[in-house]
Amino acid sequence: MKLKLTEEKLLAPKISNEKLVGLYKQMWLIRYFDEKVDEFFAKGMIHGTTHLAVGQEASASGVCALLDIDDKITSTHRGHGHCIAKGATADKMMAELFGRTTGYCKGKGGSMHIADVDMGNLGANGIVAGGIPLAVGSALTAKMKNLNYVTVCFFGDGATNEGSFHEAVNLASIWDLPVIFVCENNQYGMSGSVKEMINVDDIATRAKAYGIPGVVADGNDIIEIMNVTDDAIKRARRGDGPTLIEAKTYRWKGHSKSDAKKYRTREEEKEWRAKDPIKRYKQVLIDAGLFTEETAEELRLAAKKEIEDAVKFSEESPMPTLDDLLTDVYA
Amino acid sequence: MREITYLEAVREAMSLEMRKNKDVFILGEDIGVYGGAFGVTRGMIEEFGPERVRNTPISEAGIAGAAVGSALTGMRPILELQFSDFITIALDQIVNQAAKIRYMYGGKGKVPMVVRTPSGSGTGAAAQHSQSLEAWVTHIPGLKVVQPSTAYDAKGLLKAAMDDDNPVIFYEHKLLYKTSSDVPEEAYSLPLGKADVKREGSDVTIVATAIMVHRALEAAAELEKEGISIEVIDPCTLVPLDEETIIKSVVKTGRVVVVHEAVKRGGYGGEIASMIAESEAFDYLDAPIKRLGGAPSPVPYHPDLEKAHAPQVSNIIQAAKETLNKV
Ligand SMILES: Cc1ncc(C[n+]2csc(CCOP(=O)(O)OP(=O)(O)O)c2C)c(N)n1
Ligand SMILES: [Mg+2]
Repeated sequence: MKLKLTEEKLLAPKISNEKLVGLYKQMWLIRYFDEKVDEFFAKGMIHGTTHLAVGQEASASGVCALLDIDDKITSTHRGHGHCIAKGATADKMMAELFGRTTGYCKGKGGSMHIADVDMGNLGANGIVAGGIPLAVGSALTAKMKNLNYVTVCFFGDGATNEGSFHEAVNLASIWDLPVIFVCENNQYGMSGSVKEMINVDDIATRAKAYGIPGVVADGNDIIEIMNVTDDAIKRARRGDGPTLIEAKTYRWKGHSKSDAKKYRTREEEKEWRAKDPIKRYKQVLIDAGLFTEETAEELRLAAKKEIEDAVKFSEESPMPTLDDLLTDVYA
Repeated sequence: MREITYLEAVREAMSLEMRKNKDVFILGEDIGVYGGAFGVTRGMIEEFGPERVRNTPISEAGIAGAAVGSALTGMRPILELQFSDFITIALDQIVNQAAKIRYMYGGKGKVPMVVRTPSGSGTGAAAQHSQSLEAWVTHIPGLKVVQPSTAYDAKGLLKAAMDDDNPVIFYEHKLLYKTSSDVPEEAYSLPLGKADVKREGSDVTIVATAIMVHRALEAAAELEKEGISIEVIDPCTLVPLDEETIIKSVVKTGRVVVVHEAVKRGGYGGEIASMIAESEAFDYLDAPIKRLGGAPSPVPYHPDLEKAHAPQVSNIIQAAKETLNKV
């Protein structure tokens, strides 16, 4: 059965109804993961820093839903959602934040550096825009080795003011590389509002300067995200080159663990909370008859349980020893 | 005198200067209402306005270049680089432009700018937000490099850095921001190139930078209980380096430990050690020069590993004793 609501738009051949329902749970998984991390930071149970993507679940889930296992992503400091969406498991992610040896980076990377290269996740990045040229390099490999994978490059609005962004997009364009640039425009780069830091209304228009298509999407509407991503992936796989997608969204929480949020208003936050991507998707699925209120509730609770289990796994996992300090410095 | 924090001392030095000199302004990421990543510029945009406390996009290469260009044409910018790790992105402007301009132009033009930037580990921010890369910039003729260890020093050295007509890289250690000391209310300048003897002693000289000054002082207090007298020297500025004060001390003690948080290999400690070995102090050495520095790995996330990466008080005690053959 196809989704009635969005019949002509929907990527039915690619996304089964089962998977569509699974995405609902995944979005909750992303949200609960970050909310748990938020709680642990507040209690001083996790050290270092972290960046939460609560409110931005649709772009991570929607984009990655279209990817195969050998497709690649590069992520950002705000990358827990991308990780989960690309197939990482919450237990090894949480263990990383707990600094345990069972974590994705054996406790040596922490929140900002989670990677799972085997699953095509080339890594989060603590350097704003640091992953953009990497994604271009990954796409270059695909082209030179004649591999059919695509690379999705996630980054924020703020990252598009870095030279790396402009240099990388230009390279991808002149070489027709199979890369999809996904700008998650959550309206702020730390405290810098897009209104203050960028003098065009849509970041997508920056694509024009490099001769590639730029598409604006509602970043809180997972269906729309899937549709624009599908187009971009098809274009990339055809060998026609990159696309810049701008997903307009909002981060509900502060930038990182301490943020007085003086640069924005509580009213604005309220407006965006009303556009909750999970709630919206739930309604879509209910309207399409893909699940009921009850199943939705079961899925939400299952996600919650998965996070609780991940915490338990992490707490029971071993700490690194001092011998680990000097391992893995060189291959 | 009143006590203020290192962070407040940095802010006060800037504010006093900006009240006096209209050419001084600050630019950087999130330095406006947010007050900077560590809160150093908090309240400054309210006092000086958005023209002079210029909140920039995330564009390190661009803002470094804008600072250099404005300095060359008559302003005196202070660039706040949010984390010193990001100097990698700004480095072309700092190394190939700022440091070279006056020399290349045959002594014409000058670049009076200060790059203030937080460095060091201990916050759990892991490999890309915890480095101490000061040795890189000490290698570049044309730059000056400052590493204050106390609130008092931070205020005086920053004043000197702002008064200097050259590009100065000013490293602020994140773990020192909340430490306090007595600081005069008025502006004062501590000359660049003058070391500070933080503690006098006769058995072993410890040359320590930034947070290591505090660890060396703690080690000295411990060693005193065992009858070992330690002299602690803080170079305060790496370039120019006060060689004389260090040499004089080593001549007196005959033993020296050099300690910094930066990775030992290629760290500035090597420069200090070879400077001592090349000087008249060489003849007075009673033990090999000891160097302590960060482990040869990126800074790890796990708190125990992170701690093990940087020299701690116990390592300093051990090294000092080794120079005395007391282990
Ligand atoms: C090169 C670099 N500059 C600055 C920072 C500090 N920083 C971390 S995240 C961030 C904001 C990034 O904004 P954006 O790209 O919009 O991503 P968002 O945080 O909104 O997801 C800043 C300034 C950094 N990590 N790297
Ligand atoms: Mg943003």
